Amino acid sequence: MDLHSIAPHIPRLRRYARALAGDQHAADDLVQDTLERALNKHHLWRPGSDLRAWLFAIMHNVFVNQLRARQAHPEAALDEDDLPAVPSVQGARLEIRDLESALALLPPEQREIVLLVGLEQFSYAEAAKSLDIPIGTVMSRLFRGRERLRTLITGAPAAPALKVVK
Amino acid sequence: MKVTEHELHAYVDDRLDPAERRTVEAYLAANTEDAARVQAYREQNAALRAAFDPVLSEPVPDRLRRIDTSRRSGRIAVAAGWLVVGVAVGWFAHALVGTRGGPAPLSLAKQAAIAHAVYSPEIRHPVEVGAAEQEHLVNWLSKRLGAKLRAPLLTAEGFDLVGGRLLPGPGGAVAQFMYQDAKGKRLTLYVSRIEGVQRDTAFRFSQEEKVAVFYWIDGTLGYALSGDLAKPQLLDVATAVYKQLNP
Repeated sequence: MDLHSIAPHIPRLRRYARALAGDQHAADDLVQDTLERALNKHHLWRPGSDLRAWLFAIMHNVFVNQLRARQAHPEAALDEDDLPAVPSVQGARLEIRDLESALALLPPEQREIVLLVGLEQFSYAEAAKSLDIPIGTVMSRLFRGRERLRTLITGAPAAPALKVVK
Repeated sequence: MKVTEHELHAYVDDRLDPAERRTVEAYLAANTEDAARVQAYREQNAALRAAFDPVLSEPVPDRLRRIDTSRRSGRIAVAAGWLVVGVAVGWFAHALVGTRGGPAPLSLAKQAAIAHAVYSPEIRHPVEVGAAEQEHLVNWLSKRLGAKLRAPLLTAEGFDLVGGRLLPGPGGAVAQFMYQDAKGKRLTLYVSRIEGVQRDTAFRFSQEEKVAVFYWIDGTLGYALSGDLAKPQLLDVATAVYKQLNP
């Protein structure tokens, strides 16, 4: 495996990175680090397995490392409960009309799932594999992420039933 | 009849079989709040694709086309970058000191390693003139260097000529021939004129970060063979090059 076999996947990695990271420069940094790591660790890729899923898994690891590096406490786990709450001030909520701003306000691990499933059209099993988490976790993050995105965009109150989803 | 949250999302993502889909649709027809939610989720998917699909048709930036695998991790700890910086400093220091004649043998190896690090990762434009025009390539580079050059044949060593290019060197024009094996591993042969009184030298070896270099001086020309190869393997190729140039 080399850059030639990876090259066809670059546009999709860039699409996902753009949605995940927000601006183009940060997104392409993420893609560049992902490609470098993939090429340096090419011996870990099993020929015949899904190269796209492997590349997205690497991008996830690079993304998580970048987030950790930005946090004051690098040892802090990326648990959604540890992350700052989405602003719930009524005025702020009403201003968040566009999709990209709303995405940026999703906790990263919910953003990843919403994008892998909704944008990249990964199956739930593929998403679980790429992120190395149980499928139940994929589903709960998907439920929460989509609902949070909906309330951010429309200002609608979260559906009561979802409050018990954990 | 109740459907699960999982089924609602699978419906949003078109992951249900027809029977399951009919069940969910029947449920949604009777539950307007959930129907509105499902509709909003479907709109999210459509909005995501509308917002980000245009990225797919953007041209891929050059920096993503030329990933340098010698980079360890991150964008700062760049082995090749440090190599280039270190060598450039050495190069300018060398120029300031001002030796008579052409490049000293050690800087020949460093210059060759820089040129190798810069051009060998190139995907689209590794060479200026391809191997298909080998005769033109060799004549052109010979004319520019003012010396009769030859491009060694290294197929027995597993390397085919990709082509070559003209480069600026401290003493004028320099030629670089590039070779590639079946796995895409590349070698470059850097050929520079050596001015002034120089004696022929035996093979010398220099390890410039990940780039291994064998270099020698033969008459008025300095040669440096560079590659990310183990030393014994590179020596075999260097020996083959030397034998062909000195039949």
